[in-house]
Amino acid sequence: MNISTAVSISGSGFPWLLAVILWPLLGGVIVAFFKNDARLAKLTAIVFSLVEFALTLVVLFSYHASGARIQLAGSADWIASFGVHFSFGVDGIALIMLVMLGGLTPIVLGASWQEKLPEGRSMAGFFSLILVMEALVMAVFAATDVFLFYVLFEIMLIPMYFLIGGYGGPGLRRQYAAVKFFLYSFLGGLLMLASAIGCWAYVESVTGTGTFDWATLTRVVSHAPLGTQIWLFMGFFFAFAIKAPLVPFHTWLPDAVQESPVGVGVFLVGVLDKVGIYGFLRYCLPMFPDASKTLAPLVLVLSVIGVLYGSLLAAGQSDMKRFVAYVSIAHFGFMGVGVFAFTSQSEVGAVTYMLNHSISTGMLLLVVGMIAVRGRSFKAEDYGGMAKVTPLLAGCFFLAGLTTLSLPGTNSFISEFLVLLGSYETQPVYAILATIGMVLAALYVLWLVQRIMTGPLRGKAFGADEPLVGVTGGPGAATDPLGRAKSMISDLNGREKLVLAPMVILILLLGFYPKPLLDVVNPSVGATLTSVGVSVDANQGGN
Amino acid sequence: MEAVHPASGVATVSWLLLALPAFGALVLLIGGRRTDKWGHLLGCLTIIAAFVIGLITFINSTGLAVADRVQELHLFSWIPVNALQVDFGLRLDPLSLTFVLLITGVGGLIHVYSIGYMSADRDRRRFFAYLNLFVASMLLLVLGDSFVTLYLGWEGVGLASYLLIGWYIDRPAAATAAKKAFLMNRVGDVGLAIAIFILFANLHTTQYSVVFANIGKLSPGTITAIALLLLLGACGKSGQFPLQSWLPDAMEGPTPVSALIHAATMVTAGVYLVCRSNPIYDLTVAGRLTVVFVGAITLLIGCIVGCAYDDIKKVLAYSTVSQIGYMMLAAGLGPFGYALAITHLLTHGFFKAGLFLGAGSVMHGMNDEVNMRKFGGLFKRMPITAVTFGLGYLAIIGFPGLSGYFSKDAIIDAAFQQPGWQGWVFGIAAVVGAGLTAFYMTRLVIMTFFGKERWRDLKTDDGHDFHPHEASPVMWIPMTILAIGSIGAGAYFSLGHRLADWLTPSLGTLQERSAGPLSSTEITILTLVLAAIGVVVAILTVGRSAVPVERPARVSWPVRAARANLYGDALNETLIARPGLWLDRALVFGDKFGIDGAVNGIGILFRGSSGRLRKLQTGFVRSYALSMLGGAIVLIGALLLVRFSG
Repeated sequence: MNISTAVSISGSGFPWLLAVILWPLLGGVIVAFFKNDARLAKLTAIVFSLVEFALTLVVLFSYHASGARIQLAGSADWIASFGVHFSFGVDGIALIMLVMLGGLTPIVLGASWQEKLPEGRSMAGFFSLILVMEALVMAVFAATDVFLFYVLFEIMLIPMYFLIGGYGGPGLRRQYAAVKFFLYSFLGGLLMLASAIGCWAYVESVTGTGTFDWATLTRVVSHAPLGTQIWLFMGFFFAFAIKAPLVPFHTWLPDAVQESPVGVGVFLVGVLDKVGIYGFLRYCLPMFPDASKTLAPLVLVLSVIGVLYGSLLAAGQSDMKRFVAYVSIAHFGFMGVGVFAFTSQSEVGAVTYMLNHSISTGMLLLVVGMIAVRGRSFKAEDYGGMAKVTPLLAGCFFLAGLTTLSLPGTNSFISEFLVLLGSYETQPVYAILATIGMVLAALYVLWLVQRIMTGPLRGKAFGADEPLVGVTGGPGAATDPLGRAKSMISDLNGREKLVLAPMVILILLLGFYPKPLLDVVNPSVGATLTSVGVSVDANQGGN
Repeated sequence: MEAVHPASGVATVSWLLLALPAFGALVLLIGGRRTDKWGHLLGCLTIIAAFVIGLITFINSTGLAVADRVQELHLFSWIPVNALQVDFGLRLDPLSLTFVLLITGVGGLIHVYSIGYMSADRDRRRFFAYLNLFVASMLLLVLGDSFVTLYLGWEGVGLASYLLIGWYIDRPAAATAAKKAFLMNRVGDVGLAIAIFILFANLHTTQYSVVFANIGKLSPGTITAIALLLLLGACGKSGQFPLQSWLPDAMEGPTPVSALIHAATMVTAGVYLVCRSNPIYDLTVAGRLTVVFVGAITLLIGCIVGCAYDDIKKVLAYSTVSQIGYMMLAAGLGPFGYALAITHLLTHGFFKAGLFLGAGSVMHGMNDEVNMRKFGGLFKRMPITAVTFGLGYLAIIGFPGLSGYFSKDAIIDAAFQQPGWQGWVFGIAAVVGAGLTAFYMTRLVIMTFFGKERWRDLKTDDGHDFHPHEASPVMWIPMTILAIGSIGAGAYFSLGHRLADWLTPSLGTLQERSAGPLSSTEITILTLVLAAIGVVVAILTVGRSAVPVERPARVSWPVRAARANLYGDALNETLIARPGLWLDRALVFGDKFGIDGAVNGIGILFRGSSGRLRKLQTGFVRSYALSMLGGAIVLIGALLLVRFSG
């Protein structure tokens, strides 16, 4: 109705945030038209994704960490009578997610460059859907209206559903995985919708006008009686616990990752699942502070179970993609502990874990994909001795493994250390139990790395299911098995190096100099904690 | 505790100590095959340059007044989150500088030796990259000024150790050993990590200077808990009971690695940790007593198992376990032992590195054979190796005047001087260990260098004759230098308390007492007598009678137990590995048919079990999703059109 306020997108003039959301959408639409020219489609898509990354960087640099809680905000009426708005804005936490997604998309596109799609599927459709999904997830992170968030939360499932169901593994299984993914998330979303409407009604009963505006809801609902808060909390909690996923809501994830193309899997564990943890931070904590504190033990228990259970399950997988899924479940457990331990260190740890997990697990999954391209199998037992044939690939796999087990000096260590150190202060028992996850992580990572990279050469990659060396006199024992193997598969090519190089650099850079990242995140975490009624410990700098 | 000063003068460039080896590692890893030709030289040069810088810093520090010798150098802010401010900073004090010289000195020698030892390996360049990575991490471990920087170096050396144990990737045994080392270390690391959490929760800092200044404010229970958790970390890294069994397996790595990492430096990091945390251990009697117990048990385990092995490197490995046990025992004596532990650590660094390099030289000449039953009479074939090895041997058994005599005797003496039952128990453990050490080391030397040339009648694994020969100068020169250290280092450090006095700003004054049952002279005589008995028994068993090439199968149960590492591995297997595997399998099964089964079951309940319905369901979701997507796009498009056209 009121046009002038509706387009007051941003104080600085150009609506950068809106551009970040719409640009990939535009890209997705354009790419979809290049059905008959895969090369053109791919090039267009990657150009769009790179420009999008630049846009997210613009947003990053126009954000002032010490400024207002929500910045670059803009709002337009949508369904005015219900107080629903198209409103977007970012805080430090959302910002990190936007930049992460912006950076990850070109990498995923680059990694999927020569993806073997199922019969009848075009590269244009594949890349187009990825861009559309990027746009939707950007919008999810930037939304500051709870109803808008809900709608986007559900719509975002659609491109993902098609990416799994249309472009994944063998027909029936990918359908099963896609439907399972969809139904799980959709169901969680519905519970969230019920809660969101409950919030609206509560606000209306208190102030006289209902709204879905995030800032208003956090101000009003946070003072609701504990009983009300708990009911409302549960709706959001289920949606996010399924998305994150916490045990026992996790069984859709291994199936979905296993049946997805590798690039889509990276999106699934690296980005989509983060919406769950993000939701806890952005919605559950500020809107339902009392319920969050009361129910914290529930989440902590599920999270710690997730750490241990995910780790043990990861150690028992033979499919490398399922392995990555269970590893992620363990890592989401760490994030859950960090969020619900309510200290600034654990909280900052959880937020940076969201970013670092995308880098580390993303790289792990991409390298797994590169291994499988060579060996035509995702089964760990189909491999052995690859390090001698493809040393560079082995090195990247090992580095991805090291950051997965949070070795100090890699990016993940900072987050895991902050989560555990911070949560020890308020929740020592959970922190100590989660620390056991450190040992299990070493167990499952080294098991996989050694299975694939060390020992005698074996596997379909070399045209033999039996070991190639160590067999004496058999027909498979060529005079120079290593030379033969090298002629059959090659080490990383230029494109693959280009895809992995930024991740390698980030892993080391954020491991040794995470300060800029921590500084961006810290004020928003402080604001979140304040809303839960936790006073943030002052910087005792320099002691 | 001395006051801490900001670094000044030459100490301000001490970051180069870390940067040089790290730079070398980076160049060699990123440069790849392009650096094959000169990679080993770069590796050596960076370490030698670091040694020179370390030496200058050290000399500079000796010129300072004693009160000014503890310096800190702030580099950059590493993990800053409100109350948690972890800086990347260095602490330059007598303790860390002593370690710097040990690490870069012995490290430099072993780098040079490796040029020869690894000359036939086509990946020699990568080997040097890993060695450099190790040295950089180890320097960070000892130089870091907080528990978190220590932790970074701690895991860094663990990584390098993992990579180097698993160097021969063809061998499944190497991969298994590397994994075992990493995992057992991680178990210890959990202890170290939780100790750091407790420190932060109570003191809101992890920096040594602040922690040590305020540790007294904590409750005795908390202090003991911290001390025990740090000890767990130390046990993992230093191969101490109950986490000792990875160290002998680590001998799968190339021999220079065994010498540098698994004898002279990394495995002593646990001793460093305890000594570095001396203000914490000073306040907890129970914590110190546990350290002494661990040390005493480990030194005996190491000696006993060492007597039973025929693999030359494994005997030396168990010997290392045992010698570190001595250091731990000393460290646990608190102000009576910290400096003794460091002294023995340094002399051990010389003679054990020398012994390993000697063993490597023997293997180099014997086609990588490690079974001593196949050696014999090598003295004539490799005289330099035999002489340098012999000097290391005399040092470790405590021959009067040599290094081990001073450093080990001091520990035995201090153990006996404990009041009451402790003096008897720990003193006797230490002195019995000395006797056993003399036995197994003599056995090793006789079986290798003396007696019948058993290899004459044997073939190598690939069917050739053995042609034992002396190593090249690039290998025997480092061995000679280490042998000189084995002779003189003990006397140099111990006479006039030279080292203990130097370490005082870091470790406090070395205290002495004579509360024990025996006088120092009596203890020295007892030690020498037991060592002599050990030597004589060894000569009688393996020197006077022929050594069978095949290992005798019918042996008494103590020998069987020792050969089975005193059942340590079996215990791990039954108590942890197998139940863990079962649990894992059960969980994988449960996840598939329990949780997911329930979910699918509910799904089936809702939609009936027929496949046709399932198809319908799929179709339903698909069309629903499509329509929702289409609707949303139209909706968003229309709204935007309205908004931005107006």
